[in-house]
Amino acid sequence: MFTSMLQPSGDLFADISQLQDRLDQVFGGRTQGSSIRAVSRAGAFPALNVGTWADALEIYAFAPGIDAKSVQLSVEKGLLSISGERAANDSEGSGVQVYARERFRGPFRRVVELPDDADPSRAEATYKNGVLKVVIPKDESSKPRQITVGGAA
Amino acid sequence: MEVQTNHAGSRTAPALSPAVDIAEDAAGITLTADLPGVEKRDLAVNIEGRTLTISAPLALGEANSLVSVYSEVRANHYRRVFELSRELDSAAIEATVKDGVLTLRIPKLERAKPRRIDVTVS
Repeated sequence: MFTSMLQPSGDLFADISQLQDRLDQVFGGRTQGSSIRAVSRAGAFPALNVGTWADALEIYAFAPGIDAKSVQLSVEKGLLSISGERAANDSEGSGVQVYARERFRGPFRRVVELPDDADPSRAEATYKNGVLKVVIPKDESSKPRQITVGGAA
Repeated sequence: MEVQTNHAGSRTAPALSPAVDIAEDAAGITLTADLPGVEKRDLAVNIEGRTLTISAPLALGEANSLVSVYSEVRANHYRRVFELSRELDSAAIEATVKDGVLTLRIPKLERAKPRRIDVTVS
């Protein structure tokens, strides 16, 4: 990669694309396909992980230091949206010098597209150690099950 | 304080670098770090010489048997290293953790604190 950048082959865009792919590999960027409404941009708050069980969907939102009661969870047209606000908690007075301010502050909103078999009416949410966990059961009808074949007597 | 991130340990196992806020006042430095998903007992704040290391495994409980469909957080531990400067009192650091946010208060050594010298008139 670096050799080709030092000696331009004339196709700069191919090189940039190659570099982007390499960065994605290293930093775990756009290697996974994502829902159009859940596109991850670097540093989106809160970061989301979504996992699935046979009978439920679990969404983890990494939202440390927020007031769990102020978080709004809503489901509309198959979209779960998580919104709220994280307040700045620093005491900025005279004589305070700030060296780093990387932590997210301000209002946030993230949206997750739910699968068709999710049943949001039975959703439950818990907040522990700065992680908001939302469990959305799947419809009874979509659970895997065994169908017994009735034999002729 | 010279804040330096050290990526020496990140080659072997990719670690997540927690976002931090760092502010200094007359009496010391306050470092706030986002460590969502960390159990209090698993959090390690180590001082070695002047090197401050924050490390913690990211515990998501039963996530092992879960089939991941989408994930932005993929590392299984946090790690970030800072270099403390001489005037800080590394022996007197206080750490508190709440809702996945670690707050470290690093006081300055008494002799490094600004002080007023009273001039007495004889």
